[in-house]
Order: sequence, then C-alpha cells, then structure tokens
Amino acid sequence: MLRLEKLVKTYKTGDQALKAVDLDVPDGQVLALIGPSGAGKSTLIRCINRLVEPTSGNVYLGDVELTGLSSGNLRKERRRMGMIFQEYALVERLSVMENVLSGRLGYVSFWRSFLRKYPQKDVDEAFRLLDRVGLLDMADKRADELSGGQRQRVGICRALIQDPALLLVDEPTASLDPKTSRQIMRLICELCKERGLAAIINIHDVALAQMFVQRVIGLRFGAIEFDGPPDALTPEVLTTIYGEEDWEATIEKIDEDDEPEAAE
Amino acid sequence: MSTDLNTIVGKPWKKPPFIQRAWLRWLLVFGFAAYLVAAVLTIEVNWSRVYEGLERGKQFVLAFTSPDFTSRSGDIWEGMLESIIMTVAASVVGIGISIPIALGAARNVAPLPVYLICRGIIAISRALQEIIVAILLVAIFGFGPLAGFLTLSFATIGFLSKLLAEDIESMDRVQAEAIRASGARWGQWINYGVQPQVMPRLIGLSMYRIDINFRESAILGLVGAGGIGATLNTAFDRYEYDTAAAILLIIIVIVMALEYLSGIIRERVQ
Amino acid sequence: MPVQDVQGQKIWQRRAGRESLFHWVLWLIGIAVFAYCWQQISNATTWFFVWDAPNIAGDIWRRATPPKWEYITQLGKPIWDTLNIATLGTIIALLLAVPVAFLAARNTTPSALFVRPIALLIIVSTRSINSLIWALLLIAIIGPGVFAGVVAIAIRSIGFCAKLLYEAIEEIDHTQVEAITATGASRWQVMAYGIVPQILPAFAGIAVFRWDINIRESTVLGLVGAGGIGLQLSASLNVLAWPQVSLILLVILLAVVISEWVSAKVRGAII
Repeated sequence: MLRLEKLVKTYKTGDQALKAVDLDVPDGQVLALIGPSGAGKSTLIRCINRLVEPTSGNVYLGDVELTGLSSGNLRKERRRMGMIFQEYALVERLSVMENVLSGRLGYVSFWRSFLRKYPQKDVDEAFRLLDRVGLLDMADKRADELSGGQRQRVGICRALIQDPALLLVDEPTASLDPKTSRQIMRLICELCKERGLAAIINIHDVALAQMFVQRVIGLRFGAIEFDGPPDALTPEVLTTIYGEEDWEATIEKIDEDDEPEAAE
Repeated sequence: MSTDLNTIVGKPWKKPPFIQRAWLRWLLVFGFAAYLVAAVLTIEVNWSRVYEGLERGKQFVLAFTSPDFTSRSGDIWEGMLESIIMTVAASVVGIGISIPIALGAARNVAPLPVYLICRGIIAISRALQEIIVAILLVAIFGFGPLAGFLTLSFATIGFLSKLLAEDIESMDRVQAEAIRASGARWGQWINYGVQPQVMPRLIGLSMYRIDINFRESAILGLVGAGGIGATLNTAFDRYEYDTAAAILLIIIVIVMALEYLSGIIRERVQ
Repeated sequence: MPVQDVQGQKIWQRRAGRESLFHWVLWLIGIAVFAYCWQQISNATTWFFVWDAPNIAGDIWRRATPPKWEYITQLGKPIWDTLNIATLGTIIALLLAVPVAFLAARNTTPSALFVRPIALLIIVSTRSINSLIWALLLIAIIGPGVFAGVVAIAIRSIGFCAKLLYEAIEEIDHTQVEAITATGASRWQVMAYGIVPQILPAFAGIAVFRWDINIRESTVLGLVGAGGIGLQLSASLNVLAWPQVSLILLVILLAVVISEWVSAKVRGAII
C-alpha cells in the first residue's frame, strides 16, 4: 500500500530529521508512530504527502512514486491521503459544513468551491459523516464555536470525505483531555476498520497507542528503533526509543523548522 | 432539536448567509449598488482631457528616472530645511505639551474635572485637520513657518495625548499601587509608578508622530504655512516634473529613513 | 558601577560618571538643535503681525459669526462629491491593495527576491506622499475635478491598506493553510479556503478605518482644485467671505464626527 525507501530529510539548518527510513504499510493496517518529540515523527508524516519535501528517497503509494510528481499530479495523489492534525487545523472562520466539504477541494473546480456549489453526492456524504461522528446538528455552526473534541471530529470528517486509501494522523490527541483522547482514538480506529483504511498515527501517549493499534514503530533521531506488535513494547524497548538523556532541549528546534518548509 | 439524517440527505446545502434577514440583506446589497451607480454617474470626467494628460503622466513617470536636483537646488534646500525645522520644533513642543495632557486625560490618574477638560482639548485637536488649522493660523499670524509650527504642535497634541492616555489607562495597576503604598507623593508616584510603564510606548509613538509631522509639513506650504510644499506647488504649476520628482524622491527617502530609525529605536526600548 | 566610594561612604548614583556625562551631552545637543530651529522660525516671522494676532483673531471671529446659514443650499452637491471621492477612492484602493499585499507578504509572495521589493516600494512611495500632493500632481496631469480627487485618494490609500493587510497575512495561522493544502487543493483554492477567511476581518476593519480617514482628507482636496467641499472653502476664503467659511468649517466638522461614528459602529459590528 505505502512503501518508503531510504527516505531522508535534512533541513537547511543541517538538522537531519530522517535518516534513510524504510517502511512498508500493508492495506488496512493501523500503525502507531511513537518516539520523543523531535524524533522526526511529524516530518515523516509530512514527507509522505510532501507538505515537507523529502531530501532524497522514494515514497510509493500503491504503484505511484510520489517524490517525483509534478504539482498537479501531486494534488491528485494527495486526495488519496487524508490528514488529521494536532491542533485540528480547521479553518476557524468557516462553518463546520464548509470545513468538511473542503476535503473535496481536490475533486471540484475552483469556481464550484468558491461559490460553495458542491455536487449533491458530496453534500450527502458530508452529512452522513457528520451524523456518523455525532455532529449533524452543528453543521452550520462556525468551527471556532466547537470544543476541542468536536473540532477533531470535524477534522476527521474532512479527511474521510476525501475518500482516501490512507490516513496520516499527526498527534490527534495532544490537545485533548484523557477521556476525549480515547474517544477520538477509538473513532479513528473504528472508521479505519469500517472503510478498510491504512493509517499512520503519530502519538505521544504510548499507553493509548498500545490500546488501539496493531503495529507500533518506534522512531529515535530519525531512525526506526522498534517495529513490532504493541505487546512487545517492554520497558527496555521504551528506554532505547526514548533514551535517558535530556532530549527535550535539543529537539524542540527541529519542530519549529517544520513551519516555513511546509509552505510548499 | 436533533436533526434526522434521512431528512437532510438528498437536499441541497447552502452556506447560511452572513446577514440572516433576507430583506435587510437585499436592501443593503441594492442600496450599495444604487449608491455606486449614482456616485459614478455624477462624476464628470473630461475624457479627452484625461487622454491628453496621459502624455504628461508619462513624462512625469519618466521624470523619476532623471530627477533634477540641481536647477532649483537653492529653493529645494531652503524648503526642505524649513520643513525639517518645523518638524523638529513642533515635535518637541507638541510632545512636551502632550505628556501633561495625556496624564490629565487618563481616568485612573486625573480627577474628573481635569479629565473632562483634557479630553475636550484632545477631541478638538483631532476633529480639526492640519490643513484647515493651518489656513486659520496663516490668516491670524501671517505667512511663514510660525503658522506651520503651531499647526503641527496642535495636531501632535491630539494624536499623542489620546494614544498615550489610553496606554496609561491600561497600565498595570499593581505596580503603581506598590509605589503609592510606599508613601510617595503624586509627582513621585507618576515618576516611579507610571512613567516606567508607559515610557516605551511614549518613545514609539513620538517617533511615529515625528514621521507624520514631516509628511504633513510637506503640504503646509500649499496654504502658505512654510516648508517644502510651496516649492513643490510651484514646480507643478510650471510643469517642471523633474524638479517635482526630485522633491518627492527626497520626501520618500526621508520618510523611509525615519521609519527605519524609529523601527530600530522601538526595538531597543522594548 | 553606579556605586562610588567617597570619603569612605558609599554613594549610589543612577548612572556612572561616563554614562551620566554622555546623557548630559545628549540633552545639550537636543536643546541646541531646538534653539536653532526656534531661532530660524523666529527669523522668518514678522513679529509685528504676531503681536497683533489677538486683534486679528477677534476681527475674524466677529466677521465669521453668525455663519451664513442659507449658504447650505449650495453645499449639497459638494458634500455629495466629497462622499463619493472618499468612497470610490477607498474602493479602488482596496481593489489594488489586495494583490499588492499578497505580493508583499513573506508567506504568499511568489518571489521574495524580485516581486516583494517591488511591492514594498509601491507601498512606501504611495504611503509617504500626502493625498494633497497626489491631487496636485493629478490636476497637473488630468485637469481639475472630482476624478482627480478620486484617483489621488485611491493612490494614497493603496500603500496604507496594503501595509496593514500584508501584516495581517503574515500573521495567519499556518496550520490551517497546511490542512487545506493536504486535501489536494490547488493554489487558488488554498488561497480561498485557507488564507482569505483568516484575513477577512482584518480586511473589513482596514476598509472602514481608511474610509474614515479618506472622508477627512477629501474635505480639503478641493483646496488644490480636486473637487468636493474644499472647493467652496477655497473660493470663500479667496473672497474673504468669512460667514460662508465658518459654515463650511461647521459642515466639515460634522462630516468628520459622523464618519468617525459610522466607522466605530461598523468596526464594532465586525469584531
């Protein structure tokens, strides 16, 4: 389904965020990506849909190689990869419905999207998804009126309406309370199962990851340190992934460097 | 309250409009459209004159590539110097007067009667435009930079006092209270409790106002209140575009330099 | 060190010796510059007129009151023109300022090396020159009239609006743009969905703010012949018709107060 070959990302500052990562994700597999902040989790996910341009290496989505695509073809392929963000990343001044429908942008022409004249089947699908996540009543509310958990549900709808084959999920629960975090993780995993989607989920919370996924990848300093089922995560393994030194101060920097790069 | 999915599916969706009441929305749209049409129709444009003007316009734009600083250098130099002198003197006096008025116009520092008087002064200064004040002052004091200097000082008071007073009103009360609690007199209290808090803003605003004063000083000459404006007016009247271009370039460069300088100073005080 | 040892006693000073000297020199230079400026102004002034100023002011006041109320009937068209100059000028300026702002903002400019400096140059040059000077120039080029006023106001406002707008564009939340990009949206769709909704409130605020300023500026454009109520003001001044002047000044004052009230209301409704 998704195959990464020797994926490398070196930022202009010289920080090497990814060191030749190889990864194979079969159809319908939900995997969690764990590791200390700055280990390159966020960069890895963004290199797949090229919000961050990888320095070298290949990304295969099905049979299509993504890193060499022109911007037009890249847009077509991006439609097959839904993305869910840490801070929800909804367009706050648009309504919930507009946010969900924005997932169809890759399919409709500019004027159609500008005039909000989406095809009827997109509108129906948007309503079905909102109903599925329990937000049908909120459709015409503005996104910034919602609570964190509700916003993330809208974010999930936006990703799913793309009709993707793969979900890229970047820290879906980092800004949520523990109970909502579980609900959101459960919802994501259920929806993946219903629709047979593969998913890569970046996550801080190891316990939460173990609860829901079939496979865990441990990333450290841009390299894969662990790859196995969730119950193989022993304290020793966690020590190799997270280490015992003070990694906080040295890696924050790399995360910030993501921002300008991702502008495309 | 809860909506049933089956009732919605298959129905078209429209974005809820910004103004909910349909009649009001259409009234506003049509009213504005009607106004625009009326406005455009009442403007009398002499298109043949405009067409003729295009040639002059081209000459003027070209003049910027070869500005003439020399043939009227005496006039330009004198006018610029006068503008700068007016700017400096008016900024000093204006800022000096603004500070006590700003204190008086801050409700948390001044008693009510003083507050009302100072707010009144600010309102008058803000409502009257520079150029109109300049006309009146020229009528009263005669032609020359004195009228311009007084105009700019007066305008500075309205601008600076208002913004500074707002800053004083939004300052941190606790710091000021701590000074007062130490038994300070009113003057000491202002000096130790208020001044340190509003100083960066005062410097920033002053720099900004100097910038504005310079730009304004360039037009006061049009009504005889001194400065480069008179020279510029003459240059336009005689169609000496290259001299006009030179003057405009000097103004732009000085404004840019002032903006750059104020950026540096504001960064340093904050 | 601001603490000095004088005859065995520690004396605290706010600033150390060298630093305090530097401050004094700075103050001295400042005062000298101001004194020079004042002397220049004083030399260029006929002090006889100044001493006579109270009499002249009183004289003008006596002639200007009461205002010639019936003159108001002739001010209808000039007021209408003034409103049009401000409104149409603002609209044209906004239409032109939007592309300039997008070209000037660091995160949306197509080329930071070539396009951005040009956009910034447009902003600086239109902003630093007062609308009266633009009017003067346009009158020399396309002749006097309301049209010159509209264009003058428009040009002057481009830089002002574009500057505030590009600062707003640079402050947008980048993740929202990223999210729209990730759906496979085209460049224009990213603009319409990711950027425009975020800057719309700022845009509306800038538009109303600038309209308010433009009402003020368009009242005096007539002084140089660019139409509006300033034309009447200048004509009345030329024939020393003080009762008309005082009425016009009252009308201008009223217009300024009303426009400030309208803009405050609209801004309140938006935010």
